[in-house]
Amino acid sequence: MNIGHEHFRRALQHTPFHDRIAALSATEDWTGWNGYKVARVVDKLSTEYFAVRSGCAVMDLTPMEKYRITGNGAREYLDRLVTRNISKLRPGRVTYVIWCNDEGKVIDDGTLFQLGEYDYRLCAQHHQLDWLLMSATGFDVHIETETHDVAALAVQGPTSCSVLTAAGFDKLDQLKPFGIVDLQCKGIPVTVSRTGFTGDLGYELWVKPEDALNLWDAVFDVRGLYDIHAMGLDALEMVRIEAGFIMPGFDFNTAESTIRNGHDRSPFEVGLGWVVNLDKGHFTGRKALLAENSRPARRRLTKIVIDGNKPVREAFLYDRKNGEQVGEVKCATWSPVLKANLALADIDCVNGKLPPKLWARLDYQRELKWHTAWAECHVQSKPFYNPEHRSATPPPRF
Amino acid sequence: MTELTDVVVIGAGHNGLVCATYLARAGRKVLCLESSDTLGGMSAPRTIAENYHFSGLAHTANPVSAAIRRDLKLQRFGYEPGKAIETIALDLEGRHLTIGANRISGDALSESDAKSYIKFRKQYLAFAKAMRPLFENKAPRLKHMDFADKASFAMLGWNIRLRLGRDTMYEFLRVAAINIYDVLNEAFDDELLKGAIATDAVMGSAMGPRTPGTVLTWLQRLHGELNGPMFVQSGERSQLVHALAQSAEDAGVTIRLNAHVEKILIENGKAFGVKLLNGEVLEARTIVSNADPRATFTQLVGAPELDTMFANRVTQIRGTGVVAKLHLALSGIPEFTGLTVSQLSNRLLIAPTMRYVEHAFNHSKYDQSSENPVLEITIPSLHNDAMAPEGHHVMSINIAFVPYNPGGDREEQQTSLFDKVIAQLGQYCPNLKSLLVDHELLTPNDIEREYHAVRGHWHHGELSIHQSFMMRPLHGAAQYDTPIESLFLCGAGNHPGGGLTGLPGRNAARRILKLGRNA
Repeated sequence: MNIGHEHFRRALQHTPFHDRIAALSATEDWTGWNGYKVARVVDKLSTEYFAVRSGCAVMDLTPMEKYRITGNGAREYLDRLVTRNISKLRPGRVTYVIWCNDEGKVIDDGTLFQLGEYDYRLCAQHHQLDWLLMSATGFDVHIETETHDVAALAVQGPTSCSVLTAAGFDKLDQLKPFGIVDLQCKGIPVTVSRTGFTGDLGYELWVKPEDALNLWDAVFDVRGLYDIHAMGLDALEMVRIEAGFIMPGFDFNTAESTIRNGHDRSPFEVGLGWVVNLDKGHFTGRKALLAENSRPARRRLTKIVIDGNKPVREAFLYDRKNGEQVGEVKCATWSPVLKANLALADIDCVNGKLPPKLWARLDYQRELKWHTAWAECHVQSKPFYNPEHRSATPPPRF
Repeated sequence: MTELTDVVVIGAGHNGLVCATYLARAGRKVLCLESSDTLGGMSAPRTIAENYHFSGLAHTANPVSAAIRRDLKLQRFGYEPGKAIETIALDLEGRHLTIGANRISGDALSESDAKSYIKFRKQYLAFAKAMRPLFENKAPRLKHMDFADKASFAMLGWNIRLRLGRDTMYEFLRVAAINIYDVLNEAFDDELLKGAIATDAVMGSAMGPRTPGTVLTWLQRLHGELNGPMFVQSGERSQLVHALAQSAEDAGVTIRLNAHVEKILIENGKAFGVKLLNGEVLEARTIVSNADPRATFTQLVGAPELDTMFANRVTQIRGTGVVAKLHLALSGIPEFTGLTVSQLSNRLLIAPTMRYVEHAFNHSKYDQSSENPVLEITIPSLHNDAMAPEGHHVMSINIAFVPYNPGGDREEQQTSLFDKVIAQLGQYCPNLKSLLVDHELLTPNDIEREYHAVRGHWHHGELSIHQSFMMRPLHGAAQYDTPIESLFLCGAGNHPGGGLTGLPGRNAARRILKLGRNA
């Protein structure tokens, strides 16, 4: 633990990268994430957004909860924990996973890194230790929190491979999406994974906290050659919606934090049926999901494009103008790249199907005066933004 | 692979045999697997020093219900409950108290206590009777009730409100969840009497008289009295397991001894067979486990086949055995101060006050056993002289509040416990020491090892309110079902709980039959 015994003097802890980000912060726009102080915006939202989409953005990921799962029973344990079949996962690979409670409701999602034969790292947005430990009953497995012992830095954007190569990472262009490799950068041992939450080409760098500032400096040293910006959570929110990534706890209520009946969501209801493998053997929630799978869907978290350019924050959805309410927008953004209003919406199904037409009632302000407008919505099944360079190996050079 | 078996029952304890026999009588092809070399589980006979015989852990019993006797034709196979016995609460000065079903007598007993006892017993038997629909059927679910569940609830409501009458109902609702200590203090002055009833309420549970819920455990015990008075299990006729084994055989149940099930085989969330310790695989449409639910789920099924929360709830089932069994082989008749030989055929209790009982319980909470143990004593050879060589006797003793898994040297602990009990008994029975031929002491640890009962608990889980009725053995596995398709439970860990009642076995069989062939 690198927090130190004085941690209680600060409401929010500083990450190992904090000094550098603070020096760049023009806005002082900070927020809390898992007890750490993180930037919402470092300099300017539009700059940060365009850095991800057309240059290179760097974001501090340290507050992401990281758990190390080791032991002879680690694979069996993880197979029972997550809904996805992970039997094809190999050392040096990452996969996206979700896990459910007994009732088949989603607790959280995360990325599972296989670091060795019996050695895994699970990254999740929310604290999961209690659930992970509870799930360990009856398995030969050891679980440890390493959130504070590993500093994590996301380097994302079309030029990210070129930036890191220039910064001293060798042969990075050979790394395939969801691959992991151990590299040295100016003498610093860094674990690099080709992963990210931006829907663009990107890497995540994992180092010891004491190497964090040197790593940051190594990346920013090539700023003369490439346009590199530190990025905050607000820009991340825009790009993750463009990529169609969902955020448990924001787009839907996570199972173990839900009190009201019916407010939690199953994987099918949030569009994550594709990570549920009902044939892989038992996992927590399987029985409930099997039963749910045999019934028509009740609702679905859906990607929609909302016509027009009125700003969307919260909005109800209707089956026609002034019609019956059938859903609500959970998160939305204006996409500067696509020039469209994008949203994820929780929509009720009728006989297992989404309503044929969807209209959003938008309440918005113009110079502090409220207006209402109706806009038609179009369901989208693919990610809104999914550029070719995101998955190309080797990625385009700049 | 030979002909496919319909049902495999794991464990030939009495509930396993009852369940197997019911299923076989309904036309199922049943195979009953027993890990040991004898039938009957905890009520299987035991022998020490070659010629001294005991009836296992259950030295006393009430008759099984008329329904089970009739359905399984137990009379035809020789089942005959033994002679009714009374309870004698022993007093150090010899002013013993004899407590019967409808009478009570003792040198020091006041007239008012004697009167109160008759009234009290009548009232509590009425309470037990009112709860009968709950005890003798599957415990109704609260959600998704079927007709039988609604009927049980309706009968319970009817019994409590109309059979008991308004005032008695109020009294029932007042006491149902509280402790026996308060209730007995309200009813009686006599310490011996209170100590004796309190002992019956807590024997077998890790509870003292002041523990909430001990009125319920006493009512569960009284429920047995509705079938007939308590008797001493002594030899073939009175021992349920003998008749059960014959009834099972008659019904066509195949019983295999020394067949230790290591794993329940599951595919796609459905049980399809068992694997024995020797590697043999036996397939069946339905698997029924008479094992402790904790052992069934954690060992036979295994966590990988269970959901996280369910698996955790299994590990949190409360149930740690606190009763040890001491078997004594005696070279003659023990002489108790103030008792005639004919009185010795009764059940003797050493529990002179409720405070004494609570004290003994307190020690067990801290992994110790009291210097003043609570003892329940029977001398089965007085009921059947075949239990011991001529002129010799066997004495069977339940020692309450012996901690499970105490630290320290086991041999030493055994010796020290034995010495404590003999010293305590010696105060009431001066010639005991001179008669000792041999002995066998089964602590909760031994009971766990010999009977595969997790933590050595008689009832495969405490009979506390939060583990009773629809919560027994645990949420997610009530009504003898489990989260695993085609796997059922039929043991004491299920509603209505432990004791030689056969009810869990019968209810489970009825549930399985109700669900039809594909269950």
